[in-house]
Amino acid sequence: MAQVVRSPKVYDVCIIGSGAAGGTAAKVLTEGGLNVVMLEAGPPLNPEKDFKEHMWPYQLPHRGVGVGGEHRHELNDEFIAPNGAWEIEGEPYTAAAGSQFRWFRSRIVGGRTNHWGRIALRFAPVDFRSRSTDGMGDDWPITYEEVSPYYDKVESYIGVFGSKENIPSAPDGIFLPPPPPRCTETIIKKACDKLNIPCVPSRLAILTRPLNGRAACHYCAQCGRGCLTASNFSSSQVMIPPAQATGRFTLITGAMAREIVVGKDGKAEAVAYIDKAMRSEKRVHARAFMVAASACESARLLLNSRSTLFPDGLANSSGAVGRYLTDSVGSSAGGYFPQLEKMPPHNHDGVGGMHLYMPWWKYDRKNDFLRGYHIEFGGGRDMPGVGDFDRLCEEHEGYGASLKQHCRSRYGTYIGFSGRGEMIPNEHSYCDIDPDTVDQWGIPVLRFHWQWSENEINMAKDMQETFRSIVEAAGGTFISKAKPEGRHPYGIEDGGVIIHELGTARMGSNPKTSVLNKYCQAHDVNNVFVTDAAAFVTNPDKNPTLTIMALSWRASEYLLDQARKGSL
Amino acid sequence: MATKSISRRDILKTLTMGAMAGSVLRVIPAQAAEYAHHMVAAEKAATTTGVYTPKFFSPQQYKTLQTLCQAIIPVDTDSGGAKEAGAPEFIDLLTSENPKYQLKLGGGLMWLDAQCTDRYGKAYLDCSPAQQKEILDLIAYCKNAEKDPGLSQGVEFFAFLREMTADGFFTSEIGIKYLGYVGNTYLLTFPGCPSVPEA
Repeated sequence: MAQVVRSPKVYDVCIIGSGAAGGTAAKVLTEGGLNVVMLEAGPPLNPEKDFKEHMWPYQLPHRGVGVGGEHRHELNDEFIAPNGAWEIEGEPYTAAAGSQFRWFRSRIVGGRTNHWGRIALRFAPVDFRSRSTDGMGDDWPITYEEVSPYYDKVESYIGVFGSKENIPSAPDGIFLPPPPPRCTETIIKKACDKLNIPCVPSRLAILTRPLNGRAACHYCAQCGRGCLTASNFSSSQVMIPPAQATGRFTLITGAMAREIVVGKDGKAEAVAYIDKAMRSEKRVHARAFMVAASACESARLLLNSRSTLFPDGLANSSGAVGRYLTDSVGSSAGGYFPQLEKMPPHNHDGVGGMHLYMPWWKYDRKNDFLRGYHIEFGGGRDMPGVGDFDRLCEEHEGYGASLKQHCRSRYGTYIGFSGRGEMIPNEHSYCDIDPDTVDQWGIPVLRFHWQWSENEINMAKDMQETFRSIVEAAGGTFISKAKPEGRHPYGIEDGGVIIHELGTARMGSNPKTSVLNKYCQAHDVNNVFVTDAAAFVTNPDKNPTLTIMALSWRASEYLLDQARKGSL
Repeated sequence: MATKSISRRDILKTLTMGAMAGSVLRVIPAQAAEYAHHMVAAEKAATTTGVYTPKFFSPQQYKTLQTLCQAIIPVDTDSGGAKEAGAPEFIDLLTSENPKYQLKLGGGLMWLDAQCTDRYGKAYLDCSPAQQKEILDLIAYCKNAEKDPGLSQGVEFFAFLREMTADGFFTSEIGIKYLGYVGNTYLLTFPGCPSVPEA
């Protein structure tokens, strides 16, 4: 008797990951008419329940720092929108001997865009031509002119404020008006003017005017908590809803992708994933796959997708998967500014991020290092939080009325500076599969290898010197813990800490040295695309998210075009 | 019950449907946002009623903790002190959940009482105000531990308690008011900076 075999549902496209890359692809592909299924390793996001916008510290018994104060001095506290963590229970990663690397991962619809600083900077033309410019690294297979229309599309849709400045290292975009500077920013801008350092309106994906059905910002400075009015950008609130509205979108949450399964014809045909709630393995079938799980998670998935056809991992005939891993060069310092003690109480909140920043300015001179960095800064009369007064307590010591008054007079007088610079890929920085460790789902985990080069250390040194000159020019007292020697020379952060890790499945025109072509399509398997920052060739001093969205939008349009031509 | 209170869910649902009519985005119209935010805040707000029962410290230790907190951030003409701000409750709650804090603070309080017994023949709470001031003046400054290493544990303890007390005070309603933080509100436009005095 013939057995009835029910053929599985085959979607047009399966997207793995719901963050900046996955969300953008979901919107573009579904609006283009394709049936899309998305796998997200975490739970759904429920802003009404999950967001703590406008709550005061004293409305939570732990004042925001969680059980036992576990979030004291941590990146995330109880107020922050659910978005991820440095450590996820049951899902470890490892670092090779001598390497320091931290990996911030997200397990929630919207991914890391739920807490992203919303800094939305275009790469400059020179950023796509690094090797041609200074002989290091590689050129991208695409130019600024090819990406620019997609920056336009992304900015027009998500909303980015900024100002036209004509600075070669920081191309202008399609901008909403910027908010006026805060006091702290006014002081620093004056100092920068003296030093001939440009200090201009920042470019953040926050609405200063209503746009595409979303309300304008109400200036509570709490973007990191998640925004109930979706006045800031997140994939969960801005990209996923239009995909859902098409009726052609299926979102599967709690689904941890384990392997992309390849058919006999060498094309990908399904994703094997763990249904976390059931602790069982399932498969979802599609004609094309968009890997958008975050750079390192995407590399991990490819490396774990081994088969007889692809013994070293899917799309990895070049051996480049996991290689060319970079993060931004980060170093920080700050200053105390006595003039701020005289400021009367006033609303200093503004948007959830800086209103001004310093784009890279020394691009036309010879420096002690290649490439550049930009400077982010902030401080002032923010909502007080647990841990904010440690430094004042330490410098004042004692107790009683004078301590209390000291804290009040110094409140809001500190401004912090952070440099964000370009790291050049090196052979010592990469990730591979740890041969000895699996996570709780049985999936082999990543092992990180990391080394800063002299170029990055010199850049961190330059950052510290610049911070000092700005603070002193503004009449402040420079405060920095950075030292020239030690594990963190000139305050350079460990790899991964700036959360701009990328490059692990880079694009290129040569299939021997790159994983993807210029449309983020795998050289080896033409129905697999990687559209997160794994595809990046370089890691310029611009936060990657805007470019992730531009490239994912571009790859999605290319895929749509291929689908229309019947070549999927 | 005759009156049925409207839940936050109902409000948000209504608002969201309004927004949905013109947009595929699940967002709330700006004019209604403030009301919704207050509903959310009110529902999420922790309710603290009645007398706090310490979860970690013994009644005697808790009294000592309260006294120390109040010495660190006292009442003045502008505001209440750490005790009125709920700092002891905050510290006790976190300590009850954190073994490291239990060592630092629980152990620290025992150290203090032992020191007072050695020096004055009684526990800290039973000491005279002058004696209390004398011992606090010793453990409130790092330099004293350099001169007398026997004080270093006390200095460590007090430095940590000072930070935790500042946390508890400056994140309280009265502490935030004392500092003059005036944000966490809804503005149609951001006004920028009132003029900044020269350095």
